[in-house]
Amino acid sequence: MLVKRLALGVLTLILLSLLIFLSVEALPGDLAEAILGQQATPENTAAIRRELGLDLPPWTRYLHWLGGVLQGDFGNSLALRKPIAELIAPRLANTLFLTLYTACIAVPIALILGMAASLFRNSYFDRISNITALSAISMPEFFVGYVMIYFFAISGYFPSMASINAGTPFLEKLYLCFLPALTLTLVVTAHMMRMTRAAIINVLALPYIEMARLKGVKSQRIITAHALPNAIAPIVNVVALNLAYLITGVVIVEIVFVFPGLGQLMVDGVKFRDVPVVQATALIFASAYVGLNLLADIISTISNPRLMRQR
Amino acid sequence: MKQHLLTKINAMKQRLLTMENIHIQGKSDEQWVDIIKGVDLYLNRGEVLGLIGESGAGKSTLGLAAMGFCRDGCVISEGSVHFDGKDLLALSREDIRQLRGNRIAYVAQSAAASFNPAHKLIDQFCEAPHLHNVMGRKESEAYARKLYKRINLPSPETFGLRYPHEVSGGQLQRAMTAMALSCRPDLIIFDEPTTALDVTTQIEVLAAIKDIVKEFNTAAIYISHDLAVVAQMADRIQVLLKGEEVEQAPTKLMLKAPKKAYTKSLWAVREHARIEQPAPKKTDTPVISIRQVTAGYTSQQDVLKNVSFDIHKKRTIAVVGESGSGKSTAARVVTGLLPPRQGSIVFDGAELPADYQKRSRDQLRQIQMIYQMADTALNPKLRIRDLIARPASMYLGLSGRALDERVRALLAMIELEPDQYIDRLPSELSGGQKQRIGIARAIAAEPSFIICDEVTSALDQLVAEEILKLLDRLQSELALSYMFITHDLATVRAIADRVVVMKDGAVVEQDGKSKLFKPPHHPYTELLLSSVPEMDAEWLDRLLIARTKKRAKKRGRKAKP
Amino acid sequence: MLYLQTFLGFCITIIASIIAAWLFRVLLVRLVGHSTAKFIRTAPLTASFGMLVICMYILCAIFAPLIAPYGEAEILGGGFEPWSSTHLLGTDNLGRDVFTRLIYGARNTVGIAFLITALAFFVGTLLGLYAALKGGIIDQITSRLVDVLMAIPSLIFSLLMLTIFGTSVLSLVIVIAAIDSTRVFRIARAVALTIVHLDYIEAAKLRGERTRYLITREILPNALAPLAAEFGLRFCFVFLMISALSFLGLGLQPPTADWGSMVRDNADLISFGDITPLIPAGAIALLTIAVNFVVDWFLHKASGLKD
Repeated sequence: MLVKRLALGVLTLILLSLLIFLSVEALPGDLAEAILGQQATPENTAAIRRELGLDLPPWTRYLHWLGGVLQGDFGNSLALRKPIAELIAPRLANTLFLTLYTACIAVPIALILGMAASLFRNSYFDRISNITALSAISMPEFFVGYVMIYFFAISGYFPSMASINAGTPFLEKLYLCFLPALTLTLVVTAHMMRMTRAAIINVLALPYIEMARLKGVKSQRIITAHALPNAIAPIVNVVALNLAYLITGVVIVEIVFVFPGLGQLMVDGVKFRDVPVVQATALIFASAYVGLNLLADIISTISNPRLMRQR
Repeated sequence: MKQHLLTKINAMKQRLLTMENIHIQGKSDEQWVDIIKGVDLYLNRGEVLGLIGESGAGKSTLGLAAMGFCRDGCVISEGSVHFDGKDLLALSREDIRQLRGNRIAYVAQSAAASFNPAHKLIDQFCEAPHLHNVMGRKESEAYARKLYKRINLPSPETFGLRYPHEVSGGQLQRAMTAMALSCRPDLIIFDEPTTALDVTTQIEVLAAIKDIVKEFNTAAIYISHDLAVVAQMADRIQVLLKGEEVEQAPTKLMLKAPKKAYTKSLWAVREHARIEQPAPKKTDTPVISIRQVTAGYTSQQDVLKNVSFDIHKKRTIAVVGESGSGKSTAARVVTGLLPPRQGSIVFDGAELPADYQKRSRDQLRQIQMIYQMADTALNPKLRIRDLIARPASMYLGLSGRALDERVRALLAMIELEPDQYIDRLPSELSGGQKQRIGIARAIAAEPSFIICDEVTSALDQLVAEEILKLLDRLQSELALSYMFITHDLATVRAIADRVVVMKDGAVVEQDGKSKLFKPPHHPYTELLLSSVPEMDAEWLDRLLIARTKKRAKKRGRKAKP
Repeated sequence: MLYLQTFLGFCITIIASIIAAWLFRVLLVRLVGHSTAKFIRTAPLTASFGMLVICMYILCAIFAPLIAPYGEAEILGGGFEPWSSTHLLGTDNLGRDVFTRLIYGARNTVGIAFLITALAFFVGTLLGLYAALKGGIIDQITSRLVDVLMAIPSLIFSLLMLTIFGTSVLSLVIVIAAIDSTRVFRIARAVALTIVHLDYIEAAKLRGERTRYLITREILPNALAPLAAEFGLRFCFVFLMISALSFLGLGLQPPTADWGSMVRDNADLISFGDITPLIPAGAIALLTIAVNFVVDWFLHKASGLKD
């Protein structure tokens, strides 16, 4: 089971890289013309083509590109004329910091709220938290971001710009990134909480939970010993799915708070049609997404004796 | 006077459970509906009460109420439940929790769904004794092994170390019975514990339950729709109909002399028996001939192994077997849904293409099918008119007035008033009526051969009887041939001319009905026939004794040489 | 002071919405026929609030030229003018009337989101039902392909695609519809899979029915309820997505009035404590909340009927 799932994950990643590579092949005109824009003459276009290896067949170029990526070499940025790896490294660290920061706040809150809502189903607590969560999900990230700025930054409690760099001390980083992390938390928590609630309610409706009640098991123990072991798989999936969702949310939030992260790099890349940068960042985001889903599947397989004992 | 008081006190000591004037309501479509309408129920120590009724009679709801329990969306609106002198409906949640699993235990219909898939069987066994402080872990483990051994579970020492999904259905149901006994309760509620099982497996579970109830002198409420099964288990039988009690009496009396018309009608089922048609001449061409068919869903495994049988004009062949015998797969091969690996299907002397997609429209028309679950066999979004009209317009080119008249004629044939039913949706019909629509759709194509896949097994007995009669009538009127797939031998007796017995994908025995039901039998046929419960309270005991003797004999014979 | 004001404002808004939702439900029950009225009476206040908001947005979109005081791209003077009687919500960075653009935005943003969702549903549902019905190799290939496409987060994927195809309205519609149709495919296939194994589909196949009949008459009518709820969810998703892209400057291009780009254009005002940029953002949030409320009620109804 596990080996099969891992192989599938690797295959997906390879297909992904192929897709990202090929989509650029579909570019009308080619990279050389895109770089030169107005100044494209037949001579210098040909020169740049040779320089980028565009005269080679696509298959060779793909393998070459993939080989580079695996060694951490993403090629050069067209707009900034710098190695992309250099651009990415600090920004990747920043983005990772922000997502981890958010996850640390959001995951525990969401799980606790979700479990509470499923336990006190149809109570006022459940209803109000449901309405609130539904509203929070519906808000665009930039709306939440600006509302945060309006309430907490203008009065001067927190900075509206999260300008951090590698040298910023950890505690100051936490302070500077508080608003972006809070924004992401609000959006992600709502999703995660609703899905946790649904997952537990699903399990609670199964016959073996009724059986446990008829055996006289205490309701607390029904949750911990009977429902949770079977709800681990869906809950882990919920968490992974939402962490993956963070990846999308982070792009917008980085723009709102002028945060020097990967998302901003990608958006700039799109604006300047800086294809290698977009390729590189897309690949990183997509791999993180695939990796998280893979991890979730592995954890839920391990938690399930039925899947583990099957051979 | 004193004597009188003493018997009264004794009677009170005897009495374990008293439920008076129970009303239970359930919420459906935002409205409260009565599920149980004022039923009284009592039970003495060590007594087994059989609770009988058709689907929707409220048996399970009443059974759970005996534990002071209601499913979500239900509520006990009136009445009282006294268990061993305690008023269950007035007890605190904590007090009632102490009783459940400890002094009152429950055995559910589906053991596979009612065991927690995340825990080993032994852990689930030991949970209740531990929680209720009845015994320690070691003691209860030993007790579990003892019980497992007693009810003939394989390798009782290590049986408990398995997870639920690693154990077969019949064994799981026995393990659940053992689990119910883990705290040595005074009362066990058995909620249709053998309904989902095959007859040969059912025997083992029934034997285990009966043995254990007797051994520990446990009182029990045994809920079932199957009279013959209840007759084996219960000392007294109470009959329910739509949430109300019809009558109750000691088992033997009830079997001999039921009082109420409804109960009599339950007893009288299976009066319909088709007169066996003479065997066809050797020279007759069969309508359908299945020739040496081997088939399977994956390339490694054969679900059918070299199966052959013929079905002649105006004859009914019953294909009998337990789950996994390949009887439904045989139907899929005949219809062309599953092309066989080897062998062929011959229709009226001409070989049919193996895949239904390659068959001509007329070949498709000739073979029709009626399904087990009428609910899923009819598109819920189409009206009766369209459901029946489609084959008539497709195959016979009818339209307009002619089509409308044909639909009405078909409805009349299946004994449904056309004006009343023609514009209804399937959801507006009862189970039996839905099955009739399924029949109408099949005969609308004017076929010569119909496959009936367990068509009566989802229906209550009285309704099933009517459907069998209808099918029988249609057969003679329209000169139809039937292939009747069933696991129920009573149905076979009612409708078949010829019987094919299947086991593990192969035909074990085939013969005319009267011959097949007369000994000597093939050993498997013997096992199958003897496992069908009979309407006789001593049947199970006799059977078990007979089987033990036989086994002893065999062993003796083996030991001699 | 700011917090207290906001809190009071918030409470008043909530109470006003509750009253409005209640009145709207009473009105609806009066207006529609008996059987529909019975259904609507079961709607919780959140759902009737949702329906009220959706109705208002639709009216706004249809009658935009009648409601709006000025032209969509008309430049009326200096940039960033404050709120006044002539310019209800002031003017934007180029001196266009914010209120007018807000009204037109209802038409553009909502209209395009609806178009994309409809397109994605048409393609995704058709392919999903077809794959589920046919099974075998066709199903395997399409499903694997969709799995790979879905392994890329949709915002990232659309950024990549827009880099390649440029940021015209046409490419926006096609790219997002294509990405979203993979999600619809997944759902439609899952819904259809529960249906195609039912006996009535087998009966229809054995009758010799063609694929077209099977999809349109046998499967689709039974898949409609879950797909309708999914349409609402997908619409929200698409709507948020194009707003996000517009906010990043990669969605609808000027001078078309669009809520996402309006937020970006006026974002600087927020630092001065002016809430103008929050209004188009709030308009996006409000519609999404409304749709989600209605869908939530729908789903609750559907699941309630099952048990």
